[in-house]
Amino acid sequence: MKRETVLTAVLLVGLLVAPILASLADEPFLITLLTRAIIFAIAGIGLNVALGLGGLVSFGHAAFFGLGGYAMGVLAFHAQTYTPLAEWPFVIEGSQSMITGWIVAILVSTVAALAIGALSLRTSGVYFIMITLAFAQMIYYFAISFPAYGGEDGLSIYVRNRFPGLNTMDPLQFFAVCYGLLLIVLASVWRISKSRYGLMLGAARQNTDRVQAVGQVPYGLFLTAFTISGAITGLAGALFADLNRFVSPSMLSWQTSGEIMVFVILGGVGRLGGPLAGAVLFILLEHVLGGMSDYWHIYLGAILLGVVLFARGGLYGLIAGREAAND
Amino acid sequence: MTEPVLSLSGISKSFGGLKASDNVNLDLRPGEIHALIGPNGAGKSTLIKQIAGGLRPDSGTVMFDERDVTGLSTAQRARLGMGRTFQVSSLVMDYTVLQNAVIGALGHRGDVFGFFRQAMKDQALLDVASEALEQVGLADFRNFRTAELSHGQRRQLEVAVALTLSPRIFLMDEPMAGLGVEGSHRLIGFLDGLRHKAPILLVEHDMDAVFSLADRISVLVYGKIIATGTVAEIRASREVRVAYLGEEDA
Repeated sequence: MKRETVLTAVLLVGLLVAPILASLADEPFLITLLTRAIIFAIAGIGLNVALGLGGLVSFGHAAFFGLGGYAMGVLAFHAQTYTPLAEWPFVIEGSQSMITGWIVAILVSTVAALAIGALSLRTSGVYFIMITLAFAQMIYYFAISFPAYGGEDGLSIYVRNRFPGLNTMDPLQFFAVCYGLLLIVLASVWRISKSRYGLMLGAARQNTDRVQAVGQVPYGLFLTAFTISGAITGLAGALFADLNRFVSPSMLSWQTSGEIMVFVILGGVGRLGGPLAGAVLFILLEHVLGGMSDYWHIYLGAILLGVVLFARGGLYGLIAGREAAND
Repeated sequence: MTEPVLSLSGISKSFGGLKASDNVNLDLRPGEIHALIGPNGAGKSTLIKQIAGGLRPDSGTVMFDERDVTGLSTAQRARLGMGRTFQVSSLVMDYTVLQNAVIGALGHRGDVFGFFRQAMKDQALLDVASEALEQVGLADFRNFRTAELSHGQRRQLEVAVALTLSPRIFLMDEPMAGLGVEGSHRLIGFLDGLRHKAPILLVEHDMDAVFSLADRISVLVYGKIIATGTVAEIRASREVRVAYLGEEDA
Protein backbone atom coordinates (compact mmCIF):
# COMPACT_ATOMS: atom_id res chain seq x y z
CA MET A 1 0.00 0.00 0.00
CA LYS A 2 1.21 3.51 -0.70
CA ARG A 3 2.09 5.74 2.23
CA GLU A 4 -0.54 8.20 1.11
CA THR A 5 -3.28 5.58 1.42
CA VAL A 6 -1.96 4.53 4.83
CA LEU A 7 -2.02 8.12 6.05
CA THR A 8 -5.60 8.61 4.90
CA ALA A 9 -6.64 5.32 6.50
CA VAL A 10 -4.97 6.29 9.80
CA LEU A 11 -6.76 9.64 9.76
CA LEU A 12 -10.12 8.03 9.07
CA VAL A 13 -9.72 5.38 11.75
CA GLY A 14 -8.48 7.99 14.22
CA LEU A 15 -11.49 10.16 13.50
CA LEU A 16 -13.75 7.20 14.12
CA VAL A 17 -12.16 6.17 17.41
CA ALA A 18 -11.64 9.63 18.89
CA PRO A 19 -15.30 10.64 19.29
CA ILE A 20 -16.14 7.25 20.79
CA LEU A 21 -13.43 7.76 23.37
CA ALA A 22 -14.64 11.30 23.93
CA SER A 23 -18.15 9.99 24.43
CA LEU A 24 -16.94 7.43 26.99
CA ALA A 25 -15.00 10.17 28.76
CA ASP A 26 -18.16 12.29 28.70
CA GLU A 27 -16.59 15.12 26.71
CA PRO A 28 -19.32 16.11 24.24
CA PHE A 29 -17.44 19.30 23.39
CA LEU A 30 -14.65 17.24 21.85
CA ILE A 31 -17.14 15.41 19.67
CA THR A 32 -18.50 18.71 18.42
CA LEU A 33 -14.96 19.83 17.72
CA LEU A 34 -14.29 16.72 15.66
CA THR A 35 -17.58 17.13 13.83
CA ARG A 36 -16.45 20.63 12.92
CA ALA A 37 -13.19 19.18 11.60
CA ILE A 38 -15.07 16.73 9.43
CA ILE A 39 -17.38 19.37 8.02
CA PHE A 40 -14.41 21.61 7.25
CA ALA A 41 -12.74 18.61 5.64
CA ILE A 42 -15.73 18.11 3.33
CA ALA A 43 -15.64 21.79 2.39
CA GLY A 44 -11.91 21.46 1.71
CA ILE A 45 -12.35 18.30 -0.35
CA GLY A 46 -14.85 20.28 -2.39
CA LEU A 47 -12.42 23.12 -2.97
CA ASN A 48 -9.68 20.62 -3.74
CA VAL A 49 -11.63 19.40 -6.78
CA ALA A 50 -11.27 22.87 -8.30
CA LEU A 51 -7.91 23.76 -6.80
CA GLY A 52 -6.10 20.43 -6.82
CA LEU A 53 -7.60 18.54 -9.74
CA GLY A 54 -8.45 21.52 -11.92
CA GLY A 55 -5.76 23.99 -10.86
CA LEU A 56 -8.44 26.66 -10.38
CA VAL A 57 -7.51 28.96 -7.51
CA SER A 58 -10.96 29.91 -6.28
CA PHE A 59 -10.97 32.51 -3.55
CA GLY A 60 -14.74 32.51 -3.40
CA HIS A 61 -15.74 29.14 -2.07
CA ALA A 62 -17.33 30.77 0.97
CA ALA A 63 -20.15 31.60 -1.46
CA PHE A 64 -21.02 27.92 -1.81
CA PHE A 65 -20.36 27.14 1.85
CA GLY A 66 -22.66 29.98 2.86
CA LEU A 67 -25.34 29.27 0.27
CA GLY A 68 -25.44 25.65 1.42
CA GLY A 69 -25.78 26.89 4.98
CA TYR A 70 -28.51 29.37 4.12
CA ALA A 71 -30.38 26.74 2.08
CA MET A 72 -30.52 24.58 5.18
CA GLY A 73 -31.26 27.53 7.47
CA VAL A 74 -34.01 29.02 5.34
CA LEU A 75 -35.79 25.68 4.95
CA ALA A 76 -35.64 25.11 8.71
CA PHE A 77 -36.74 28.69 9.41
CA HIS A 78 -39.89 28.27 7.35
CA ALA A 79 -40.64 24.90 8.88
CA GLN A 80 -40.23 26.34 12.38
CA THR A 81 -42.37 29.38 11.75
CA TYR A 82 -44.95 27.39 9.76
CA THR A 83 -44.70 29.85 6.90
CA PRO A 84 -44.42 28.60 3.36
CA LEU A 85 -41.20 29.38 1.50
CA ALA A 86 -43.19 30.36 -1.58
CA GLU A 87 -46.86 30.51 -2.39
CA TRP A 88 -46.66 31.06 -6.11
CA PRO A 89 -46.73 29.32 -8.59
CA PHE A 90 -47.21 26.54 -6.07
CA VAL A 91 -46.77 26.28 -2.35
CA ILE A 92 -43.31 25.29 -1.14
CA GLU A 93 -43.12 24.42 2.52
CA GLY A 94 -40.03 24.61 4.67
CA SER A 95 -38.45 21.39 5.83
CA GLN A 96 -36.86 20.02 8.94
CA SER A 97 -35.48 16.98 7.14
CA MET A 98 -31.72 16.88 6.90
CA ILE A 99 -31.73 14.93 3.66
CA THR A 100 -34.06 17.43 1.99
CA GLY A 101 -31.78 20.19 3.26
CA TRP A 102 -28.72 18.52 1.79
CA ILE A 103 -30.37 18.06 -1.59
CA VAL A 104 -31.53 21.68 -1.69
CA ALA A 105 -28.11 22.90 -0.51
CA ILE A 106 -26.38 20.89 -3.23
CA LEU A 107 -28.82 22.15 -5.87
CA VAL A 108 -28.45 25.78 -4.85
CA SER A 109 -24.67 25.67 -4.71
CA THR A 110 -24.53 23.74 -7.99
CA VAL A 111 -26.52 26.43 -9.76
CA ALA A 112 -24.44 29.17 -8.15
CA ALA A 113 -21.16 27.46 -9.02
CA LEU A 114 -22.31 26.91 -12.59
CA ALA A 115 -23.18 30.60 -12.99
CA ILE A 116 -20.11 31.96 -11.16
CA GLY A 117 -17.83 29.45 -12.87
CA ALA A 118 -19.22 30.15 -16.34
CA LEU A 119 -18.34 33.83 -15.97
CA SER A 120 -15.14 33.52 -13.95
CA LEU A 121 -13.57 30.91 -16.21
CA ARG A 122 -13.41 33.46 -18.98
CA THR A 123 -10.48 34.80 -17.04
CA SER A 124 -7.47 33.06 -15.55
CA GLY A 125 -4.67 33.58 -13.07
CA VAL A 126 -4.97 36.52 -10.71
CA TYR A 127 -8.14 37.71 -12.44
CA PHE A 128 -9.82 34.41 -11.73
CA ILE A 129 -8.91 34.70 -8.05
CA MET A 130 -10.26 38.24 -7.88
CA ILE A 131 -13.50 37.57 -9.74
CA THR A 132 -14.39 34.53 -7.63
CA LEU A 133 -13.71 36.68 -4.56
CA ALA A 134 -15.91 39.43 -5.97
CA PHE A 135 -18.85 37.08 -6.55
CA ALA A 136 -18.57 35.73 -3.02
CA GLN A 137 -18.49 39.26 -1.62
CA MET A 138 -21.60 40.15 -3.63
CA ILE A 139 -23.50 37.30 -2.01
CA TYR A 140 -22.05 38.21 1.39
CA TYR A 141 -23.32 41.78 1.19
CA PHE A 142 -26.65 40.61 -0.12
CA ALA A 143 -27.04 38.35 2.93
CA ILE A 144 -26.11 41.20 5.26
CA SER A 145 -28.61 43.59 3.73
CA PHE A 146 -31.50 41.17 3.27
CA PRO A 147 -33.58 41.45 6.45
CA ALA A 148 -36.03 38.60 5.84
CA TYR A 149 -33.49 36.01 6.96
CA GLY A 150 -31.85 37.89 9.79
CA GLY A 151 -29.53 40.13 7.80
CA GLU A 152 -26.38 40.78 9.74
CA ASP A 153 -27.66 38.87 12.78
CA GLY A 154 -28.04 35.60 10.97
CA LEU A 155 -30.67 32.95 11.35
CA SER A 156 -31.12 30.51 14.20
CA ILE A 157 -32.27 26.93 13.78
CA TYR A 158 -33.73 26.08 17.18
CA VAL A 159 -33.77 22.33 16.79
CA ARG A 160 -31.29 20.47 14.62
CA ASN A 161 -32.90 19.00 11.53
CA ARG A 162 -34.09 15.41 11.58
CA PHE A 163 -32.49 12.36 10.11
CA PRO A 164 -34.62 9.19 9.93
CA GLY A 165 -33.87 6.78 12.77
CA LEU A 166 -31.42 9.03 14.58
CA ASN A 167 -31.49 11.56 17.33
CA THR A 168 -29.44 14.26 15.68
CA MET A 169 -29.24 16.33 18.87
CA ASP A 170 -26.97 13.64 20.26
CA PRO A 171 -23.44 14.78 19.34
CA LEU A 172 -22.19 11.29 18.59
CA GLN A 173 -25.09 10.48 16.27
CA PHE A 174 -24.72 13.75 14.40
CA PHE A 175 -21.01 13.06 14.15
CA ALA A 176 -21.80 9.67 12.60
CA VAL A 177 -23.99 11.32 9.96
CA CYS A 178 -21.21 13.74 9.02
CA TYR A 179 -18.61 10.98 9.04
CA GLY A 180 -20.74 8.89 6.71
CA LEU A 181 -21.05 11.81 4.30
CA LEU A 182 -17.30 12.37 4.50
CA LEU A 183 -16.70 8.78 3.40
CA ILE A 184 -19.16 9.12 0.52
CA VAL A 185 -17.60 12.39 -0.62
CA LEU A 186 -14.05 11.02 -0.35
CA ALA A 187 -14.96 7.91 -2.32
CA SER A 188 -16.74 9.95 -5.00
CA VAL A 189 -13.87 12.37 -5.44
CA TRP A 190 -11.43 9.47 -5.59
CA ARG A 191 -13.50 7.84 -8.33
CA ILE A 192 -13.74 11.13 -10.22
CA SER A 193 -9.99 11.68 -10.02
CA LYS A 194 -9.35 8.27 -11.58
CA SER A 195 -12.14 8.51 -14.15
CA ARG A 196 -11.89 9.46 -17.80
CA TYR A 197 -13.03 12.93 -16.85
CA GLY A 198 -10.46 13.15 -14.06
CA LEU A 199 -7.66 12.12 -16.39
CA MET A 200 -8.61 14.73 -18.98
CA LEU A 201 -9.11 17.41 -16.32
CA GLY A 202 -5.64 16.72 -14.92
CA ALA A 203 -4.26 17.04 -18.43
CA ALA A 204 -6.08 20.34 -18.89
CA ARG A 205 -4.68 21.62 -15.59
CA GLN A 206 -1.16 20.95 -16.78
CA ASN A 207 -1.41 21.75 -20.45
CA THR A 208 -4.46 23.20 -22.17
CA ASP A 209 -2.77 23.14 -25.58
CA ARG A 210 -2.43 19.39 -25.35
CA VAL A 211 -6.09 18.94 -24.46
CA GLN A 212 -7.16 21.08 -27.42
CA ALA A 213 -4.83 19.21 -29.75
CA VAL A 214 -6.62 15.97 -28.90
CA GLY A 215 -9.95 17.60 -29.68
CA GLN A 216 -11.27 18.59 -26.27
CA VAL A 217 -12.29 21.96 -24.87
CA PRO A 218 -10.68 22.90 -21.53
CA TYR A 219 -13.47 25.34 -20.62
CA GLY A 220 -16.11 22.63 -20.22
CA LEU A 221 -13.74 20.46 -18.21
CA PHE A 222 -12.91 23.34 -15.86
CA LEU A 223 -16.53 24.45 -15.49
CA THR A 224 -17.56 20.93 -14.54
CA ALA A 225 -14.80 20.75 -11.93
CA PHE A 226 -15.78 24.13 -10.51
CA THR A 227 -19.43 23.05 -10.30
CA ILE A 228 -18.72 19.72 -8.61
CA SER A 229 -16.40 21.58 -6.28
CA GLY A 230 -19.06 24.14 -5.36
CA ALA A 231 -21.70 21.46 -4.83
CA ILE A 232 -19.53 19.56 -2.32
CA THR A 233 -18.63 22.73 -0.45
CA GLY A 234 -22.33 23.62 -0.40
CA LEU A 235 -23.13 20.30 1.24
CA ALA A 236 -20.52 21.05 3.89
CA GLY A 237 -22.20 24.41 4.46
CA ALA A 238 -25.53 22.70 5.12
CA LEU A 239 -23.88 20.43 7.70
CA PHE A 240 -22.18 23.43 9.29
CA ALA A 241 -25.54 25.17 9.65
CA ASP A 242 -26.93 22.12 11.40
CA LEU A 243 -23.90 21.75 13.62
CA ASN A 244 -24.17 25.30 14.95
CA ARG A 245 -27.95 25.49 14.55
CA PHE A 246 -27.16 28.94 13.28
CA VAL A 247 -26.42 30.53 9.91
CA SER A 248 -24.85 33.93 9.53
CA PRO A 249 -23.25 36.02 6.80
CA SER A 250 -19.84 35.20 8.27
CA MET A 251 -20.12 31.83 6.52
CA LEU A 252 -20.07 33.82 3.27
CA SER A 253 -17.18 36.10 4.18
CA TRP A 254 -13.83 36.08 2.46
CA GLN A 255 -12.20 34.86 5.67
CA THR A 256 -14.16 31.65 5.25
CA SER A 257 -12.88 31.30 1.68
CA GLY A 258 -9.39 31.75 3.06
CA GLU A 259 -9.90 29.19 5.80
CA ILE A 260 -11.15 26.57 3.37
CA MET A 261 -8.08 27.23 1.26
CA VAL A 262 -5.90 26.89 4.35
CA PHE A 263 -7.28 23.38 4.99
CA VAL A 264 -6.29 22.37 1.50
CA ILE A 265 -2.84 23.95 1.60
CA LEU A 266 -2.00 22.67 5.09
CA GLY A 267 -2.96 19.13 4.10
CA GLY A 268 -1.68 19.04 0.56
CA VAL A 269 -3.13 20.49 -2.64
CA GLY A 270 -4.42 17.85 -5.01
CA ARG A 271 -4.05 15.00 -2.54
CA LEU A 272 -7.24 13.06 -1.86
CA GLY A 273 -6.90 13.14 1.93
CA GLY A 274 -5.13 16.51 2.01
CA PRO A 275 -8.09 18.64 3.09
CA LEU A 276 -8.98 16.06 5.74
CA ALA A 277 -5.51 16.24 7.27
CA GLY A 278 -5.55 20.02 6.89
CA ALA A 279 -8.92 20.46 8.57
CA VAL A 280 -8.00 18.20 11.49
CA LEU A 281 -4.70 20.01 11.92
CA PHE A 282 -6.46 23.37 11.73
CA ILE A 283 -8.98 22.40 14.42
CA LEU A 284 -6.22 21.00 16.61
CA LEU A 285 -4.19 24.18 16.25
CA GLU A 286 -7.23 26.31 16.89
CA HIS A 287 -7.97 24.31 20.03
CA VAL A 288 -4.43 24.02 21.40
CA LEU A 289 -3.03 27.38 20.35
CA GLY A 290 -6.37 29.09 20.92
CA GLY A 291 -6.23 27.81 24.49
CA MET A 292 -2.86 29.45 24.98
CA SER A 293 -3.48 32.80 23.38
CA ASP A 294 -6.24 34.86 21.89
CA TYR A 295 -3.82 35.76 19.15
CA TRP A 296 -3.35 32.19 17.99
CA HIS A 297 -3.81 33.19 14.35
CA ILE A 298 -0.32 34.60 14.35
CA TYR A 299 1.05 31.12 15.04
CA LEU A 300 -1.23 29.63 12.44
CA GLY A 301 0.16 32.19 10.01
CA ALA A 302 3.71 31.21 10.87
CA ILE A 303 2.93 27.53 10.33
CA LEU A 304 1.23 28.30 7.04
CA LEU A 305 4.26 30.28 5.92
CA GLY A 306 6.46 27.35 6.85
CA VAL A 307 4.30 24.98 4.83
CA VAL A 308 4.24 27.22 1.79
CA LEU A 309 7.98 27.89 1.93
CA PHE A 310 9.37 24.52 2.98
CA ALA A 311 6.74 21.84 2.48
CA ARG A 312 4.89 22.66 -0.70
CA GLY A 313 3.01 19.37 -0.56
CA GLY A 314 1.58 20.20 2.87
CA LEU A 315 1.21 17.48 5.49
CA TYR A 316 0.77 14.83 2.81
CA GLY A 317 3.87 15.96 1.00
CA LEU A 318 5.80 15.85 4.24
CA ILE A 319 4.67 12.39 5.31
CA ALA A 320 3.80 10.58 2.12
CA GLY A 321 6.37 12.16 -0.14
CA ARG A 322 5.96 13.54 -3.58
CA GLU A 323 2.96 12.33 -5.48
CA ALA A 324 3.77 9.52 -7.87
CA ALA A 325 2.42 9.88 -11.38
CA ASN A 326 -1.30 9.15 -11.22
CA ASP A 327 -1.25 5.39 -11.08
CA MET B 1 -4.73 13.92 -59.58
CA THR B 2 -6.50 13.10 -56.33
CA GLU B 3 -8.25 15.86 -54.44
CA PRO B 4 -6.08 17.49 -51.77
CA VAL B 5 -7.07 16.74 -48.16
CA LEU B 6 -5.97 20.16 -47.02
CA SER B 7 -5.79 23.29 -49.06
CA LEU B 8 -5.01 26.84 -48.12
CA SER B 9 -6.00 29.63 -50.40
CA GLY B 10 -5.00 33.24 -50.06
CA ILE B 11 -4.04 33.00 -46.41
CA SER B 12 -2.77 36.36 -45.11
CA LYS B 13 -1.92 37.37 -41.60
CA SER B 14 -0.22 40.51 -40.37
CA PHE B 15 1.08 41.49 -36.99
CA GLY B 16 1.23 45.24 -37.13
CA GLY B 17 3.41 46.01 -40.12
CA LEU B 18 4.84 42.51 -40.32
CA LYS B 19 3.32 40.22 -42.88
CA ALA B 20 3.64 36.78 -41.31
CA SER B 21 1.59 35.14 -44.03
CA ASP B 22 1.28 36.78 -47.41
CA ASN B 23 -1.34 35.27 -49.69
CA VAL B 24 -0.28 31.71 -49.04
CA ASN B 25 -1.63 28.94 -51.24
CA LEU B 26 -0.69 25.43 -50.27
CA ASP B 27 -2.17 21.99 -50.43
CA LEU B 28 -1.59 18.54 -49.05
CA ARG B 29 -2.52 15.51 -51.11
CA PRO B 30 -3.22 11.99 -49.95
CA GLY B 31 -0.14 9.84 -49.42
CA GLU B 32 2.42 12.63 -49.61
CA ILE B 33 4.85 14.33 -47.35
CA HIS B 34 4.79 18.02 -48.13
CA ALA B 35 7.69 19.81 -46.51
CA LEU B 36 7.48 23.47 -45.63
CA ILE B 37 10.90 25.05 -45.36
CA GLY B 38 12.15 28.56 -44.94
CA PRO B 39 14.59 30.62 -42.94
CA ASN B 40 13.94 31.51 -39.30
CA GLY B 41 11.12 34.00 -38.97
CA ALA B 42 9.64 33.15 -42.35
CA GLY B 43 6.27 32.48 -40.73
CA LYS B 44 6.21 28.70 -40.75
CA SER B 45 4.90 28.28 -37.23
CA THR B 46 2.39 31.08 -37.78
CA LEU B 47 1.12 29.22 -40.78
CA ILE B 48 0.84 25.93 -38.86
CA LYS B 49 -1.15 27.72 -36.16
CA GLN B 50 -3.57 29.03 -38.75
CA ILE B 51 -4.04 25.53 -40.10
CA ALA B 52 -4.41 23.81 -36.73
CA GLY B 53 -6.51 26.59 -35.20
CA GLY B 54 -5.67 29.05 -32.48
CA LEU B 55 -4.77 31.81 -34.90
CA ARG B 56 -7.26 33.20 -37.37
CA PRO B 57 -6.03 34.45 -40.71
CA ASP B 58 -6.89 38.03 -41.69
CA SER B 59 -8.10 36.68 -45.00
CA GLY B 60 -8.14 33.48 -46.98
CA THR B 61 -9.62 30.08 -46.28
CA VAL B 62 -8.45 26.76 -44.93
CA MET B 63 -10.27 23.87 -46.59
CA PHE B 64 -9.99 20.51 -44.88
CA ASP B 65 -11.69 17.47 -46.37
CA GLU B 66 -13.67 19.74 -48.66
CA ARG B 67 -14.93 21.72 -45.71
CA ASP B 68 -14.17 25.30 -44.77
CA VAL B 69 -12.61 25.09 -41.32
CA THR B 70 -11.27 28.65 -41.16
CA GLY B 71 -13.67 29.61 -38.37
CA LEU B 72 -13.36 26.43 -36.33
CA SER B 73 -11.54 26.09 -33.01
CA THR B 74 -8.41 24.02 -32.44
CA ALA B 75 -10.44 21.32 -30.69
CA GLN B 76 -12.98 21.12 -33.52
CA ARG B 77 -10.24 20.78 -36.11
CA ALA B 78 -8.53 18.10 -34.05
CA ARG B 79 -11.78 16.17 -33.92
CA LEU B 80 -12.12 16.44 -37.67
CA GLY B 81 -8.76 14.72 -37.98
CA MET B 82 -5.82 17.08 -37.68
CA GLY B 83 -3.07 15.37 -35.72
CA ARG B 84 -0.51 17.92 -34.60
CA THR B 85 2.90 17.74 -33.03
CA PHE B 86 4.30 20.87 -31.46
CA GLN B 87 7.57 22.62 -32.10
CA VAL B 88 8.29 22.56 -28.38
CA SER B 89 7.00 19.30 -26.94
CA SER B 90 3.63 19.91 -25.40
CA LEU B 91 2.81 16.93 -23.23
CA VAL B 92 1.31 16.34 -19.82
CA MET B 93 4.55 16.20 -17.88
CA ASP B 94 3.28 14.70 -14.63
CA TYR B 95 1.49 11.88 -16.42
CA THR B 96 3.04 8.63 -17.48
CA VAL B 97 3.87 7.98 -21.11
CA LEU B 98 0.90 5.63 -21.33
CA GLN B 99 -1.45 8.21 -19.78
CA ASN B 100 -0.40 10.76 -22.38
CA ALA B 101 -1.27 8.32 -25.12
CA VAL B 102 -4.57 7.48 -23.39
CA ILE B 103 -5.40 11.20 -23.34
CA GLY B 104 -5.14 11.15 -27.11
CA ALA B 105 -7.27 8.03 -27.49
CA LEU B 106 -9.86 9.41 -25.09
CA GLY B 107 -9.93 12.82 -26.72
CA HIS B 108 -10.51 11.17 -30.06
CA ARG B 109 -13.22 8.83 -28.79
CA GLY B 110 -14.87 11.86 -27.21
CA ASP B 111 -16.60 10.45 -24.12
CA VAL B 112 -14.57 12.47 -21.64
CA PHE B 113 -17.49 13.11 -19.29
CA GLY B 114 -17.30 9.71 -17.63
CA PHE B 115 -17.02 10.14 -13.88
CA PHE B 116 -17.08 6.65 -12.49
CA ARG B 117 -15.20 3.97 -14.40
CA GLN B 118 -11.44 4.16 -14.16
CA ALA B 119 -9.80 5.55 -17.27
CA MET B 120 -6.65 3.51 -16.91
CA LYS B 121 -8.68 0.29 -16.82
CA ASP B 122 -10.54 1.03 -20.04
CA GLN B 123 -9.21 -1.69 -22.31
CA ALA B 124 -10.31 -0.06 -25.56
CA LEU B 125 -8.39 3.12 -24.70
CA LEU B 126 -5.36 1.17 -23.48
CA ASP B 127 -5.26 -0.83 -26.70
CA VAL B 128 -5.22 2.26 -28.92
CA ALA B 129 -2.63 3.92 -26.69
CA SER B 130 -0.39 0.86 -26.47
CA GLU B 131 -0.44 0.33 -30.20
CA ALA B 132 0.60 3.91 -30.83
CA LEU B 133 3.44 3.64 -28.31
CA GLU B 134 4.52 0.38 -29.92
CA GLN B 135 4.66 2.06 -33.32
CA VAL B 136 6.95 4.87 -32.20
CA GLY B 137 9.08 2.51 -30.12
CA LEU B 138 8.10 3.74 -26.67
CA ALA B 139 6.34 0.59 -25.46
CA ASP B 140 9.07 -0.14 -22.91
CA PHE B 141 8.71 3.32 -21.42
CA ARG B 142 4.96 3.26 -20.90
CA ASN B 143 5.16 3.58 -17.14
CA PHE B 144 7.80 6.31 -17.09
CA ARG B 145 6.78 9.76 -16.04
CA THR B 146 6.86 11.94 -19.13
CA ALA B 147 9.09 14.47 -17.39
CA GLU B 148 11.73 11.70 -17.09
CA LEU B 149 11.87 11.12 -20.84
CA SER B 150 14.73 12.38 -22.95
CA HIS B 151 14.11 15.15 -25.41
CA GLY B 152 14.01 12.71 -28.32
CA GLN B 153 11.60 10.39 -26.53
CA ARG B 154 9.25 13.29 -25.91
CA ARG B 155 9.21 13.98 -29.63
CA GLN B 156 8.38 10.32 -30.22
CA LEU B 157 5.59 10.55 -27.67
CA GLU B 158 4.18 13.61 -29.44
CA VAL B 159 3.94 11.54 -32.59
CA ALA B 160 2.37 8.66 -30.66
CA VAL B 161 -0.33 10.92 -29.23
CA ALA B 162 -1.05 12.23 -32.72
CA LEU B 163 -1.33 8.61 -33.91
CA THR B 164 -3.98 7.79 -31.30
CA LEU B 165 -6.22 10.37 -32.97
CA SER B 166 -6.21 8.32 -36.21
CA PRO B 167 -5.85 11.64 -38.00
CA ARG B 168 -6.63 12.39 -41.63
CA ILE B 169 -3.48 14.52 -41.80
CA PHE B 170 -0.42 15.12 -39.67
CA LEU B 171 0.87 18.62 -38.98
CA MET B 172 4.39 18.32 -37.69
CA ASP B 173 6.28 21.36 -36.53
CA GLU B 174 9.99 20.54 -36.54
CA PRO B 175 9.79 16.99 -35.23
CA MET B 176 13.55 16.49 -35.72
CA ALA B 177 14.58 19.52 -33.68
CA GLY B 178 17.25 18.56 -31.17
CA LEU B 179 17.04 14.86 -31.94
CA GLY B 180 20.65 14.10 -32.81
CA VAL B 181 21.82 12.07 -35.77
CA GLU B 182 20.63 8.66 -34.67
CA GLY B 183 17.29 9.93 -33.41
CA SER B 184 16.59 11.84 -36.61
CA HIS B 185 17.49 8.78 -38.60
CA ARG B 186 14.98 6.62 -36.76
CA LEU B 187 12.24 9.24 -37.06
CA ILE B 188 12.91 9.67 -40.77
CA GLY B 189 12.43 5.94 -41.25
CA PHE B 190 9.22 6.08 -39.27
CA LEU B 191 7.72 9.12 -41.01
CA ASP B 192 8.57 7.55 -44.34
CA GLY B 193 6.11 4.75 -43.60
CA LEU B 194 3.58 7.04 -41.96
CA ARG B 195 2.68 8.97 -45.11
CA HIS B 196 0.59 6.03 -46.29
CA LYS B 197 -1.59 6.30 -43.20
CA ALA B 198 -2.16 10.01 -43.60
CA PRO B 199 -0.31 12.73 -45.47
CA ILE B 200 2.13 14.88 -43.52
CA LEU B 201 2.71 18.59 -43.64
CA LEU B 202 6.24 18.76 -42.34
CA VAL B 203 7.90 21.92 -41.11
CA GLU B 204 11.54 21.12 -40.79
CA HIS B 205 14.98 22.70 -40.63
CA ASP B 206 16.92 19.50 -41.12
CA MET B 207 17.55 19.57 -44.88
CA ASP B 208 18.74 15.97 -45.04
CA ALA B 209 15.43 14.89 -43.57
CA VAL B 210 13.47 17.13 -45.91
CA PHE B 211 15.31 16.02 -49.04
CA SER B 212 15.03 12.34 -48.18
CA LEU B 213 11.37 12.41 -47.11
CA ALA B 214 9.49 15.04 -49.04
CA ASP B 215 7.41 14.36 -52.11
CA ARG B 216 6.98 18.08 -52.55
CA ILE B 217 8.58 21.08 -50.94
CA SER B 218 7.25 24.59 -50.47
CA VAL B 219 9.62 27.38 -49.63
CA LEU B 220 8.35 30.16 -47.40
CA VAL B 221 10.26 33.43 -47.24
CA TYR B 222 8.92 36.49 -45.41
CA GLY B 223 5.46 34.95 -45.28
CA LYS B 224 5.35 34.28 -49.02
CA ILE B 225 5.61 30.94 -50.76
CA ILE B 226 8.28 31.56 -53.36
CA ALA B 227 8.36 28.07 -54.81
CA THR B 228 6.59 24.72 -54.64
CA GLY B 229 7.85 21.62 -56.36
CA THR B 230 9.57 18.27 -56.15
CA VAL B 231 12.90 17.88 -54.39
CA ALA B 232 14.74 18.07 -57.70
CA GLU B 233 12.87 21.18 -58.80
CA ILE B 234 13.51 22.97 -55.55
CA ARG B 235 17.16 22.02 -55.58
CA ALA B 236 17.48 23.36 -59.08
CA SER B 237 15.54 26.54 -58.48
CA ARG B 238 17.75 29.58 -58.70
CA GLU B 239 15.20 31.71 -56.90
CA VAL B 240 15.25 29.39 -53.89
CA ARG B 241 19.01 29.36 -53.76
CA VAL B 242 19.21 33.09 -53.78
CA ALA B 243 16.46 33.68 -51.27
CA TYR B 244 17.02 30.86 -48.93
CA LEU B 245 20.14 28.82 -49.38
CA GLY B 246 22.04 32.09 -49.48
CA GLU B 247 24.06 31.46 -52.61
CA GLU B 248 24.09 34.96 -53.96
CA ASP B 249 25.85 34.16 -57.18
CA ALA B 250 24.56 30.70 -57.94
